[in-house]
Amino acid sequence: MCLGIPGKIIEIINAQQKLAIVDIGGVKRQINIACIVNEQHPAESCVGDWVLVHVGFAMNRINEQEALETLKILEEIVNIT
Amino acid sequence: MKYVDEFREPEKAQALLREISKLCQQLKKPIKIMEVCGGHTHSIFKYGIEEVLPDVIELIHGPGCPVCVMPKGRLDDAIAISQNANVIFATFGDAMRVPGSKASLLQVRAKGADIRMVYSPLDSLQIARENPDKEVVFFALGFETTVPSTALTILQADAEKINNFSMFCNHVLVIPALQALLDNPDLQLDGFVGPGHVSMVIGTDPYEFISQQYHKPIVVSGFEPIDIFQSIWMLLQQLVENRCEVENQYNRLVEKTGNHQAIAAINKVFAIRENFDWRGLGDIPDSGLKIRPEYAQFDAEQKFTVPNLKVADHKACQCGEILKGVLKPWQCKVFGTACTPESPIGSCMVSSEGACAAYYKYSRLSKASVLQK
Ligand code: SF4
Repeated sequence: MCLGIPGKIIEIINAQQKLAIVDIGGVKRQINIACIVNEQHPAESCVGDWVLVHVGFAMNRINEQEALETLKILEEIVNIT
Repeated sequence: MKYVDEFREPEKAQALLREISKLCQQLKKPIKIMEVCGGHTHSIFKYGIEEVLPDVIELIHGPGCPVCVMPKGRLDDAIAISQNANVIFATFGDAMRVPGSKASLLQVRAKGADIRMVYSPLDSLQIARENPDKEVVFFALGFETTVPSTALTILQADAEKINNFSMFCNHVLVIPALQALLDNPDLQLDGFVGPGHVSMVIGTDPYEFISQQYHKPIVVSGFEPIDIFQSIWMLLQQLVENRCEVENQYNRLVEKTGNHQAIAAINKVFAIRENFDWRGLGDIPDSGLKIRPEYAQFDAEQKFTVPNLKVADHKACQCGEILKGVLKPWQCKVFGTACTPESPIGSCMVSSEGACAAYYKYSRLSKASVLQK
């Protein structure tokens, strides 16, 4: 039940109601982005962001830098073993 | 897909497995690790993770499947609400087959109740907009991951003054459940794989008591196979080095203090319920949520009369012991015979996140019967 799926925000359809269109592996869906919008990230700025989608809501932005760091650790393990 | 494929690559899994095996040689005794979240249970079975881990690691499948812990009495209440002539009852698909004391939602729908499966609570709000002459009730269930979505849906209903909409709230909280498990003397665990998406909402700070008071390590983990292997590797490092810390493997989504907007929405709409009766685990204080009085008009428990009765679990059902990790599914007498995913007796057989259904679906019967001998 707690599953989520990564998607990319491609369009804001109603900034006030915080509704956006997200592309999830080629399928487009309307989602609510209230959980990821704040003063530093107004709705308009969210286009292009990768988010985790759960039951029609963007629950968080995927942090690219952290993801790359985790992958770097993994690469190192692959290389030493 | 972004950061999905990268966490499924076999070379990484193999490298991690080699590291895991090396660390296992330094362990003084076999260990038990509980994955709390049903999503992890599902991934572990789907990818055969348990199968390839060294034998000294035993995975205990915890109570993190909200469908599995829903007590029969609450299901009966949901069904009672759905029987009101004017009601459209909307639910996530997962809840459809959960057995109540007499029937499931699926069975009462077959008898004519207007029960609709939705993907999002917002879809149920849309049904309310389209059916102003009906009362639409959404079956709100799930852990902290799902709570922000129902909170925001109620806030939206409030903003639009949609007054034919309410929720039957059965949200449950992970932290009190973990506390109850840690206080259970039957359960000797060495560490936890912490829930990823719950933590995306609440952060990793709420787990500090596990390391500080109970001196157990916990690693919050993602859901891809590499995530789980890496988390187990991190846990083993802690165990071998005699550390017990809260660590975060899933930092591409989980922050220390969680998602503040999501937490604010939860706190605005919901308050702690003094007691919630978990199927199999019994009453756990402060482990559920209820709708605040300010939003009483959206609270189905205020709008409708519900029987509100406690119903004992089926005599044969061992779900409680399974959820606590004390028994394995195949040790239940009716597993795979009277109890199957098609006609579940207990709720652990309903959702693919439940340990019984996961064992059944991924044909663990063979391993189970070998182990039994
Ligand atoms: S096999 Fe069925 S009855 Fe037995 S514990 Fe599992 S869900 Fe309950």
